[in-house]
Amino acid sequence: MSGIVLAAAASAGAVLLAAGVVLGRLTARRGDRAADLDLGTPVERATFHTLHTASLAAPPLRAGLTGETARKAVRPLRSLLGTEALCLTDGSAVLAWDGPGAAHHHAGVSELAAATLETGRSSSAPTGCADPGCELRWAVTAPLTGEEGVLGALVAYGPRESAVLVRAATEVARWVSVQLELAELDRSRTRMVEAEIRALRAQISPHFIFNSLAAIASFVRTDPERARDLLLEFADFTRYSFRRQGEFAQLADELRAIEQYLALAGARFGDRLKVTLQIAPEVLPVALPFLCLQPLVENAVKHGLQDRERGCRVVIAARDAGAEAVVTVEDDGVGMDPERLRAVLRGEHPSGSGIGLSNVDERLRQVYGAGYGLVIETGVGAGMKVTARFPKYRPGVHPSPPL
Amino acid sequence: MNQTYAVAAVTAVVLATVLIGALGLRVSRTTSDFYVASRTAGPRLNAAAISGEYLSAASFLGIAGLVLVQGPAMLWYPVGYTAGYLVLLVLVAAPLRRSGAYTLSDFAEARLESPQVRRLASLFVVGIGWLYLLPQLQGAGLTLEILTGAPDWVGGLLVAVVVTGTVAAGGMRSITFVQAFQYWLKLTALLVPAFFLVAAWHGDGAPRARFDAPATLREHTVVRVADTVRLGLDAPLTLTVTGTVDSVRYEERPVTLGPGTHHVSGGTVLALPPGAPVPERRADGSDPLGWSQPLAGGRDGHQLYATYGLILATFLGTMGLPHVAVRFYTSPNGRAARRTTLVVLGLVGAFYLLPGVYGALGRIYAPELALTGSADAAVLVLPDRIVGGALGDLLGAFLAGGAFAAFLSTASGLTMSVAGVLAQDVLPSRAVRHFRLATPLATAVPLAVGVAASKVPVADAVGLAFAVSASSFCPLLVLGIWWRRLTPPGAAAGLLLGGGSALAAVMATRAGLAPGGWPHTLMAWPAVWSVPLGFLTMVLVSLATPRSVPPGTAATLARLHLPEEFTAPVPAQEARR
Repeated sequence: MSGIVLAAAASAGAVLLAAGVVLGRLTARRGDRAADLDLGTPVERATFHTLHTASLAAPPLRAGLTGETARKAVRPLRSLLGTEALCLTDGSAVLAWDGPGAAHHHAGVSELAAATLETGRSSSAPTGCADPGCELRWAVTAPLTGEEGVLGALVAYGPRESAVLVRAATEVARWVSVQLELAELDRSRTRMVEAEIRALRAQISPHFIFNSLAAIASFVRTDPERARDLLLEFADFTRYSFRRQGEFAQLADELRAIEQYLALAGARFGDRLKVTLQIAPEVLPVALPFLCLQPLVENAVKHGLQDRERGCRVVIAARDAGAEAVVTVEDDGVGMDPERLRAVLRGEHPSGSGIGLSNVDERLRQVYGAGYGLVIETGVGAGMKVTARFPKYRPGVHPSPPL
Repeated sequence: MNQTYAVAAVTAVVLATVLIGALGLRVSRTTSDFYVASRTAGPRLNAAAISGEYLSAASFLGIAGLVLVQGPAMLWYPVGYTAGYLVLLVLVAAPLRRSGAYTLSDFAEARLESPQVRRLASLFVVGIGWLYLLPQLQGAGLTLEILTGAPDWVGGLLVAVVVTGTVAAGGMRSITFVQAFQYWLKLTALLVPAFFLVAAWHGDGAPRARFDAPATLREHTVVRVADTVRLGLDAPLTLTVTGTVDSVRYEERPVTLGPGTHHVSGGTVLALPPGAPVPERRADGSDPLGWSQPLAGGRDGHQLYATYGLILATFLGTMGLPHVAVRFYTSPNGRAARRTTLVVLGLVGAFYLLPGVYGALGRIYAPELALTGSADAAVLVLPDRIVGGALGDLLGAFLAGGAFAAFLSTASGLTMSVAGVLAQDVLPSRAVRHFRLATPLATAVPLAVGVAASKVPVADAVGLAFAVSASSFCPLLVLGIWWRRLTPPGAAAGLLLGGGSALAAVMATRAGLAPGGWPHTLMAWPAVWSVPLGFLTMVLVSLATPRSVPPGTAATLARLHLPEEFTAPVPAQEARR
């Protein structure tokens, strides 16, 4: 009896869940549905069909002209042209062939395409096929161009010479060329973002190096042992900060770098700087963008010690929050006007104390998405608390081992 | 049993859990011991945490109950629960850690680069988590019922509320410390009373437990049969009955029952004389014990099959338990994960020596528990039965505290995993703070089902979760780590067919839909056929879809199998795709 109750409860739960999912999907897609009802005139439908076929070929081409993308794109392109066979080449070799006759026409393609590849103009020529049953009598060759000239050729085969085929092949080749240009644009944009990230990689401020060396120098006579320890910390810290490999590091390694940084800062400021740590061991293996916490700590120390009279307390906490790690850096220093901070985060005050913050903020957003920027709580004279969240897993985010 | 002690012990365990969870991090450090703060949890601490989370009510109460009722064949349960970590150690531990995955869904996405497979894996994580939470809450209800006489849903509700509250409030901040504490608490709670009980047993002339013949009562015993049962007798038995037997009403009358099967209505009180054999419960369609009968009966020829089913499910199912997988993330690298697993094997193995002792003692001193259907309570009533007096009360309270530690630790680990996956992959994610909303959902579903569902021996109910896990995540993990030709369609098909069929069989059996005989045995112990089915489907569909092999397979497998220090950093361009 109770078994049946259980089954009923379980199935009711499953049905409810499924109903919720389906309802959500339906409401999300209602917009698409309405468009399908009016199917349009035959001409319109033909246009839709053409556009749809073209849209099938576009995504692979947007990744550039390679063997794999050509193979994926050549079938929709042939149905767009309506020819017997279609072939895509790059500057030297055949990338993909769709349709019959691949075996005995393959060798002749480079000969047909050679002229087009050189001049960048379309041409039409008989294939001179020896097989009388073969449909591929004429070939139209059209160039595929990118920003840097001719990248390859599109060869369309038909049973006879036809102006329509020449026109169609040329237009399709032009359309493909546009896609390839967009692909190049994508690539250069990616390269630019990477360069930006490389530039954004936190840099150690020259001031910090001068100040650290000066602080160490002051210990050389009075306390040579301490000076030696500090120099070693300095060496470790700079080695870690200047490493070139990898974009991500483990939280444990980042904390070690912060430890070295604080040891050096402590040498300069002595007792005025007090640091408290609350670290949950569960989150230490979390991978996070390289050197993204050190600027936060540096900022906290700077803010905390701006008021020369009293000391400063910095609290660094890392805690476990389900699938995320939450790191907070808090100081009891002078704080900041929220308006000014907002301007800094928007990048409107390129110089000033907040530059580290906006840099970290931007990198976190780039890696994890817009929801993962820094959360900063502050006010004039009220200290500052910076909270950063790091997902424990994100595809492609893998820490590099410390060097 | 003295209620005050028991309630005090349970309260103390609940408070200690909440306090360690909330305050563990308040132990602040200054820069001078920064190194200690930034050191990852060592293998020993981490292993204690994994063991603490893993040793559930099934281990603490269930195994002793099964041994009491069904004899030493049930020792395959502790063997299987432990050996699962051996398989995990050899095949999965280090690569799983190196994959960087936090949950099993993360692993599916990291290896197969497919959001669809990720979503499917998430559904299985939630399903297995709920199946596993169900017996925890039921066990808590049973424990509280025996300790205080409260209705059986109160204990489950208490655990659910405590766990939901602490998890949703972010109280499980230092979960590693909490779980490690729970392991040592559970071990002590079982070990110390065991010493006293064994000493008392020895002083009693060390009577032997007999598993080959019906257990006999040592003294005059009064049993109240809660649910309607059918009892089997081999010889005539004279006893005093208050209630209804075979549709005849008796009021404290001596009755002689002949050999054969007798129908005893719920609420009947049986008073048995010393030396009487304990009547055995017989299976029938509506008897909740019935579905576990294939292994229990043992004499109908299906036992060998059922034992293999149990072995396969427990050996291969451990790696797919959601709360076990997430704990490996705490290890700093693959090698530490492997070392952690080794320590877990030792800790769990040491723990599992004890439930068998309780089961054997229960067979001698409390055999009538088999009659009432609450054999899971054997561990709790033994101190009172064997030692008695204030010491017995104290030991009983100690055991009750340990049992609650078992419910709390496993339930909180499972709730965190299930809520995390619910918030991330199942519920529509619009807001950031969904985790807190997902937590009540994670506990409410098993709580509701637990109230409605039949009483099933706790260890058996956990076995079901293992069977589903072994048929779904074991193929995914093993093939994902060791076979480069696995494709997303193959993985999805294997999950659906292997895990789905195991889940369906298990649900149908629990709902009492399975026909008798071999079909029933096959459905109650699905692992024997569903695990090969899962593997086979994954392999065949993957071989049929060779073009869908994820492009990053070679790089992913290199990362899974090479020690971290040899792994070349991923080029910046790859990293963002």
